[in-house]
Amino acid sequence: MNPAESAAICQEFLDSVYTIPHGEKIKECIQCGTCSASCPSSAAMEYGPREIIASLRAGMLDKVLSSNTVWLCVSCYSCTVRCPAAIPFTDVMYELKRIQTEKKVSKDTGPTVMAKSFVAVVDKYGRNHETELLRKYFFQTNPFDGIRNIPLALRLIYRKRFHLRPRKIKGLTALKKMMSAIDNHRKEQP
Amino acid sequence: MSEKFRYSYFPGCSLMATNRAYDISTRNVAKTLGIELEEVDDWNCCGATAYMPIREKRAFVLSARNLAIASKKKDQPLATVCNACYVVLKKTNKYMAENSTLKQEIRTALLAGGMDYDGTVGVRHLLDVIVNEIGEAKVLKHVVRNLSGLRVACYSGCQLSRPFSDCDDPEYPKMMERLASWLGAEPVYFPLSAKCCGAMAMTTSRETGYALGGQILHAAKQQGAHCIVTACPLCQFNLEGYQDEISRATGKESQIPVLYFTQLLGCALGLSGQELALSESLTPVKPLLENRVGSL
Ligand code: SF4
Ligand code: SF4
Repeated sequence: MNPAESAAICQEFLDSVYTIPHGEKIKECIQCGTCSASCPSSAAMEYGPREIIASLRAGMLDKVLSSNTVWLCVSCYSCTVRCPAAIPFTDVMYELKRIQTEKKVSKDTGPTVMAKSFVAVVDKYGRNHETELLRKYFFQTNPFDGIRNIPLALRLIYRKRFHLRPRKIKGLTALKKMMSAIDNHRKEQP
Repeated sequence: MSEKFRYSYFPGCSLMATNRAYDISTRNVAKTLGIELEEVDDWNCCGATAYMPIREKRAFVLSARNLAIASKKKDQPLATVCNACYVVLKKTNKYMAENSTLKQEIRTALLAGGMDYDGTVGVRHLLDVIVNEIGEAKVLKHVVRNLSGLRVACYSGCQLSRPFSDCDDPEYPKMMERLASWLGAEPVYFPLSAKCCGAMAMTTSRETGYALGGQILHAAKQQGAHCIVTACPLCQFNLEGYQDEISRATGKESQIPVLYFTQLLGCALGLSGQELALSESLTPVKPLLENRVGSL
């Protein structure tokens, strides 16, 4: 990615962070590292939470977005409750995840396939349906992994813990109208 | 005149399948304690952690639709037993209150499907309702079995006490420990109570997931707990479902029964193994409890 492109991504990202409640606090980061020290996943992340803000300031967010970092966030909100500058860092992570999938900065990996499959299943039925979700997920990632999970699946089926057939909500048509209304609203925004 | 405890009940998707036992035990415990749970009519997915990063605004609409339906019961708060649903529903309320543009967008979207929501339905976790509203004296009136000698690791999970919640300490949650000790059980020292269970990483980034889940299992065992008690379907499933894999990955023995707080409480309230769906557990929860209180 050339510098102009990566600067554009940084700007677009910042604009979307400013739309979340208290998002503007991101400007007040003092680089103390409390977030990284609190993060249960930071050991596995190529860039920890503090480094994400540092990369943003350096105009190099694309480095973060093409690494394994953002999808290792498990939404535990530890960083958010501890940040001395009151930055809603978990929401910042959601923005990063979204921009990464929308911009297709890197190819789909396990977590993005999972999140997209989840959205597809919920959009179709109004609720999650675990069997269909896992089928979609393993089919698109690593069917072999799916096979590894069969013993666990059988233990669940034996205990009646799997619904084999999905159930739609009654208000699905109205829900779809709501969804397209919010999508359109979003497009109309500058 | 006896007080009325009535809530709109939001079970959430995972309670319909993988975590059925949580739904069954929740309903039976509530009935015993005199809490009326009225299921939210035709509820949908809460907007969930996995939906949020792909379509955030849609996630808020999903969440708000449930709250809109619940708001038809005037002044009736909503209760859920899933930490992830709890955090998303709470977040929707909070962000609607703080951001009028977002609120307007959500309302316009709901209106397109013939609904409206003003952001005012109270959202509670049932554990909070039981501990902070029903309270010790009323719970004890219904307790018929003593759980003394049972050493429990009270694991709240990460999303119940932060950051939109006001019911417990975000670092060292105490609600569940209080409840367990009312029942005669012995909560072990468990500072990991609000650490992450591995969440979605358990499926999508396995190494990280196993390390996180393993931490919880191993800490509980190290403290000599007989079991781990949870307040969230995802925590419960992550901790009970992958113990063999975690043992293999970490080289440490990781077997320990994992139950829902409703099963622990229900056992003390005299409910049967069937009423608490104990046989659906992947870990030996039933033998553990029977060992203390006799046949269930
Ligand atoms: S805890 Fe807050 S202020 Fe400190 S480095 Fe992290 S984001 Fe910045
Ligand atoms: S919310 Fe995400 S980034 Fe923040 S501490 Fe938890 S895992 Fe780390």
